[in-house]
Amino acid sequence: MYEHKAEVVIIGGGPAGLAAAVSACDNGADSVLVLERDREAGGILQQCIHNGFGLHHFKQELTGPGYAGRYLQQVKERPNINVMLNTMVLSVAEDKTILAVNPQYGVMRIAAKAVIFTMGCRERTRGAIRIPGTRPAGVFTAGAAQRMVNMEGYLPGKKLVILGSGDIGLIMARRMMLEGAEVQAALEIMPYCNGLTRNVVQCLEDYGIPLHLSHTIVAIHGKDRVSGVTCARVDEKMQPIAGTEFDLECDCLLLSVGLIPENELSRELGLTMDPLTAGPVVDQLRQTSLPGFFAAGNVVHVHDLVDFVSEEGEIAGKYAARYAAGLLPNGGPVAMVKATDGIRTAVPQVIRLDADDTAALRLYMRASKPERQVTLVISSGDQTLLERKLPVAKPGEMIVAEIPADKRGAIKDSITVVLKH
Amino acid sequence: MEEKRRISCIVCPISCVGEVTIVEGKATGVAGFTCPRGQAYAMEEVTAPKRTLTSTVWIDGGELPLLPVVSQHPLPKDRIMECARCLATVRVTAPIQEGEVICADILGLKVDIVASRNMETIH
Repeated sequence: MYEHKAEVVIIGGGPAGLAAAVSACDNGADSVLVLERDREAGGILQQCIHNGFGLHHFKQELTGPGYAGRYLQQVKERPNINVMLNTMVLSVAEDKTILAVNPQYGVMRIAAKAVIFTMGCRERTRGAIRIPGTRPAGVFTAGAAQRMVNMEGYLPGKKLVILGSGDIGLIMARRMMLEGAEVQAALEIMPYCNGLTRNVVQCLEDYGIPLHLSHTIVAIHGKDRVSGVTCARVDEKMQPIAGTEFDLECDCLLLSVGLIPENELSRELGLTMDPLTAGPVVDQLRQTSLPGFFAAGNVVHVHDLVDFVSEEGEIAGKYAARYAAGLLPNGGPVAMVKATDGIRTAVPQVIRLDADDTAALRLYMRASKPERQVTLVISSGDQTLLERKLPVAKPGEMIVAEIPADKRGAIKDSITVVLKH
Repeated sequence: MEEKRRISCIVCPISCVGEVTIVEGKATGVAGFTCPRGQAYAMEEVTAPKRTLTSTVWIDGGELPLLPVVSQHPLPKDRIMECARCLATVRVTAPIQEGEVICADILGLKVDIVASRNMETIH
């Protein structure tokens, strides 16, 4: 068996993995190996040809491939980083031995000093949301359709219906219109849109595509190919209301119904998982429950902005390099972060109180439901660490807040995050 | 003739929905936005809305059959579809570097369409 070793091994060469690689290298790792299963690195960015990326990180508006290109260039400029393409990781063991396979080496064993999980996320499918009806061709996830249209040169359909109001679905609605297809409607089961307002305006309203909120699809029709769908309004328990059904003719149904962090490897390894984010529990250094294993980006929690994915990758890369160099002791005191009233998820879930990072502590949170005029309160014991008024809070738009560096001393064994009216 | 057009602001996450008053084709007033940036956005949306266009063109000899492209500046919204149809007829040959002009001065609108990634020749 081919044997390989590297100080820091990164699983997944998307935006989190590339940022982690650059950062690990810049923080002293002599050998960094990125394992990527696709034919090129860059991850999902390569198919996201629309603009709007990089406003935070590069202070300019880039397309997905443009954003990926900047990181690929940085990787290229660092000879200590090796990117292995067409490589699938089969398993990761607690002693940091990785079993992977690719056409060049066959099955190989890789010994690492530190491992970073940056596998990203994948789309929920028809099976995940259990739509009844027949099983014809023409039902795709929005991201699969995006890859066909933007990279492979196929049009998945000419008359479409989109289920779900996630950003990928909205962006695909516009993309299909630009390619000459017709988009009949987008349907969202929740009473609010999950995508950014910008995408509702520029991808639906610009093209006169209706968005039906509190609606879902109750049947898919067609034998060989989709011929149409039956839609219905739902009640507050999200159950279809009898008598509200209507049919839409289509030859293609795109699903944009959520993303799930891809954590088969993390689960097999036995990392502690957060059931709400569906990702591993991490501390502010992005170290997981097993020392020497780090995680960053959509594998930890699904982000809205790639800029924040890169930022997490940088943190994970830095501390993985330090762990590999024997400079990151473990086992010190920690505080747990608890998301409660109004906040569904908060990352990182653990704060290491002995860490030598002196910067502000940045928390990423998601609201449980849309709210207006609320106050975000982050506290520890009877001490308020941060209080910020939010004119709006939406589940679809991540809340980012920092506990100032001078408040870090006030953190006790737990931190509570709430939205107050 | 006075007309009121509803505009959803995209400037920040507050997403104000306001109204622009149009009298005889001219925007005369704006209401319902909480900040000046929102007001300016709404006025532009009514008078001269612009959009950045991203699409793909066919590429011969490349690692992929399609090359993603982007308009270097926003284009008038009502010409976007026409520009997309124009790009559907463009065919280029690999290799291409990011930023290379793929379609200069599209439809005479004084905006270039450029490649948004490198595309190497297929081995």
